[in-house]
Amino acid sequence: MSTDAPPKEERFEPDETAEDFGPRRRRSRTRTIAIVLAPLVLFALLLATGLGKDPRALPSELIGKPAPGFSLPRLDADGTIDSKDLDGQVVVLNFWASWCLPCRQEHDDLEAVWGRYRERGVVVLGVLFEDTPEGAMGFRQELGGDWPIAADPGSKTAIAYGVFGVPETFVIAPDGTIAAKTTGAVTYEWLTDEIEAALRKGNLE
Amino acid sequence: MPALVGTISLALALALALYGATAAIVGVRTGRPRVIESARTTAYSLLALVVVANLAMLAALLANDFSLKYVALNSSRATPTFFKVLALWSADEGSLLLWNLVLGGYLAAVAFRFRRSRPETFPWALAVMFGVSAFYLLLVLGPTTPFATLATAPADGRGPLPLLQNHPLMAAHPPMLYLGFIGFTVPFAFAIAALITGRVSDAWIRITRRWTIAAWIFLTVGLTLGALWSYSVLGWGGYWAWDPVENVALLPWLTATAFLHSVMVQERRGMLKVWNLSLIVGTFALTVLGTFLTRGSILASVHTFAESIVGPLYLVFLTVVLLGGFGLIAWRREALRGEAAFDTPLSRESVFLGNNVLLLVLMFTVLVGTIYPLLAEAVTNQKVSVGSPFFNRNTAPVALLLMFLMGIGPLLPWRAASLSAVLRRLQVPVWAAAAVAAVLAIAGTGAAAVVVFGLAAFVATATVTEMVRGVRAQRRAHGYSVAAATRAAVSRNHRLYGGLVVHLGLIVAVVGVSWAALSDRSSELTIARGHVVHAEGYDLRFDGLSARDEPQRRVLVANLTVLDPASGEEVVRLHPSLNLYPASSEPIGTPSIRIGTPLNGMVDLYASLVTFDNPSRATFRFFVNPGIGLLWLGGLVMALGGVVAAFPTRHRASGVPGPETATERREQVRV
Amino acid sequence: MSGRTRSIALIVGAVIVVGIAALFASARAGRTASLGDRAHEIASGLRCPVCLNLSVADSPSRLAGEMRSEIQTRLRAGQSPDQIRAFFIDRYGEWILLEPPRSGLNWVPWAVPIVALVSGVAIWVAVVRRPETGLQEPG
Repeated sequence: MSTDAPPKEERFEPDETAEDFGPRRRRSRTRTIAIVLAPLVLFALLLATGLGKDPRALPSELIGKPAPGFSLPRLDADGTIDSKDLDGQVVVLNFWASWCLPCRQEHDDLEAVWGRYRERGVVVLGVLFEDTPEGAMGFRQELGGDWPIAADPGSKTAIAYGVFGVPETFVIAPDGTIAAKTTGAVTYEWLTDEIEAALRKGNLE
Repeated sequence: MPALVGTISLALALALALYGATAAIVGVRTGRPRVIESARTTAYSLLALVVVANLAMLAALLANDFSLKYVALNSSRATPTFFKVLALWSADEGSLLLWNLVLGGYLAAVAFRFRRSRPETFPWALAVMFGVSAFYLLLVLGPTTPFATLATAPADGRGPLPLLQNHPLMAAHPPMLYLGFIGFTVPFAFAIAALITGRVSDAWIRITRRWTIAAWIFLTVGLTLGALWSYSVLGWGGYWAWDPVENVALLPWLTATAFLHSVMVQERRGMLKVWNLSLIVGTFALTVLGTFLTRGSILASVHTFAESIVGPLYLVFLTVVLLGGFGLIAWRREALRGEAAFDTPLSRESVFLGNNVLLLVLMFTVLVGTIYPLLAEAVTNQKVSVGSPFFNRNTAPVALLLMFLMGIGPLLPWRAASLSAVLRRLQVPVWAAAAVAAVLAIAGTGAAAVVVFGLAAFVATATVTEMVRGVRAQRRAHGYSVAAATRAAVSRNHRLYGGLVVHLGLIVAVVGVSWAALSDRSSELTIARGHVVHAEGYDLRFDGLSARDEPQRRVLVANLTVLDPASGEEVVRLHPSLNLYPASSEPIGTPSIRIGTPLNGMVDLYASLVTFDNPSRATFRFFVNPGIGLLWLGGLVMALGGVVAAFPTRHRASGVPGPETATERREQVRV
Repeated sequence: MSGRTRSIALIVGAVIVVGIAALFASARAGRTASLGDRAHEIASGLRCPVCLNLSVADSPSRLAGEMRSEIQTRLRAGQSPDQIRAFFIDRYGEWILLEPPRSGLNWVPWAVPIVALVSGVAIWVAVVRRPETGLQEPG
């Protein structure tokens, strides 16, 4: 009965049409439809939960935990900078690189924070991530800034802090725990909020 | 100017799509063929308008018109012309332009194909295609429009993402994928039309068969090119990472492959009607799911399209497709009763059903693995990952079972087989498998290799013997030469021979994949300049770095010479490089590959430059990858097999390809 | 022997050969894993934070390379694979594992493939065994 389209004439032959059914079959048909559609609706709802969430945003595991220690060679001066020397101070630990565009955007915010809070013992420390000293100094020369910057051989400190891209900024409270973390370019407002909160916590102790 | 031209033509195209859908429906409901005809010809105008929009964007890219945000973000003055053209589809918004172009092309092709005679379902199919077109036009006009302008045009653009301008393969991979994904719109449209009108016999399958095969061929090529791009460009030595975007491109391929098998069961026996309709609705829905997950910023992946807010739109469309399609099938269930039953497990229909079951199991496995992080976050608010170990472990056994079915399927006739005939046909392939297994076992290759390659030998032998049988039957019947007999055999049953070629291609690819996977020879080494290090059976000498400045990037090339440890002779000079683009966050490496050919034992020598402390010390990753070339060859053969299968089988009275030989006819008896 | 019996015998014989070959092959395989192999195995189970969806073992990024050497350092210091994995989880979260640990909801991805395969086979058996509907078949 069914033919493959022969060359001369095209015959899309008449098909059987669906017969009409009585009311009882109609009811069971509705039920079939409902049973078929229900899991699909659930599936769509599941997908909907993914909307509006940033797939790359990762919560930090380290908030509230003691900040990993470090001893890093300085890039802007001789010697090393050691986390033990910074005990009792609020530290803004900023992972950055010269090739990183958002790092340029946040540079002014960091500079402003450094200028405002250095008298109060807050330390801004830039840790270089996956970059060369030449690149770092070139960035410094171009954009300025005089807070300490250090290299991170083998990215050991970056790994210790769970860094997976730059920029990432941590605020370390005077008691040595990680008070806050953000990924992406940091803003003056966020920094001042977190620094003030950390300072308050430090004063209470 | 290009922005205006582009936006206006797209807006007009959208209006035409809405008109076309409405006119088609009105025309068929009120019985006015002239209205339907006007809807049909609207498809041509729609295509023309979308072409204009694409040309407008192309002109803007070539003219460095940075007042367009898309051009400013994805092109620059320094970008070579070739890559400026590619920029048309290298980012989210632009690729939507390409999507609409391909969709418009298919729409016009359908309109053209049915210009003189057409089935009753045609107006509804046309309406569905116009509806789909309208959705994608709405998207390209709305939130993710590539024609958005900037208030002040920057002096220069940012340039394409570095990974996307490292290799000319970017040219072919997305268009092939799109031709594949979008191609499935055609059988989907006719299936929906059949359901709406109640004309649910096989006609929709037969009408769209060649379109479905064509879409499958394009998707196969697109996936192969994607793997080739990953291997040649990304520098990690592999070709498939089970990345979410890779997975969602694979899903419709799995269901479409299942569909191409099960429709043969429906055509011969009138069975599996609901199943086939569900498969085609599912395939189309999976292509929409694919675009949703890729562009809706739901899952993190290598394909980082820009963040966009169109997620909800895609989700709504996907929901409409799923609920509408499956709802219609459920609604028409009574008319879709099967007309026969399976005679026995030992028949080709049963093997095809087994093929379908396994392909769907694969599909669900990959789907669940891909979506699970979403579910986990929704329920537990924790982020988890599901990566390669999960997928590799769960797909391998199913793939092996599928291989087995590929082997016995062609050996079994339709309806039912006589057991003795089947056993007779099994002997040669099984003993080929045993021979290969024995050889490999003695050679000490390990159990996995024995099983996989033994199975591959089984399938390859079974497939080739079937081809030979058909050719030989023609020779005996008509006294042809081998060439003429082959031509005669193939022309009597394109689908069978095309399918056998596809199976062969797949086996070649599987052999390549397994060979590479089981070898796993790679090292990471740091070499000082002039020194030689031994790795993976070769001696490697680092000969220094050189730098090359190109308009859009700086290229640092490492010279790595591979030596034969026994003779000290040079095997090949590799040049892995690191490319520094001004706007990128990391240097992008380009691997250097010595391609494996039969002359050198099918072994790829692959090196990528990881880093260098200073120009006299560099760190490399060196891979010895056997069999990778077989993967590309296999993909190509599969595509060719698809082309063979797409040819019309000539003038059989019943239209259904018949039994090949008298033996087969005799064997169509119940066991 | 009848043709059928002989065919069965030949096929069964061949399958036995393959089975023995596989057993033989698996017995010969198996070598003690070197430090590099063990590090590679741990790295294959971790997700590269930079190149998403590649394992730390596969990823060409520099950070992955440094993570690999971190793994080797810790192995040499005598840490166990679980301790090393815990080190990374503490810093990056469970996300860093390429396969979710088998707790809580995570039995779902583990179970679904098996359940799917078993149900698939069951469906195949059921459909193939379905009785004739009695309707006329097309020619």
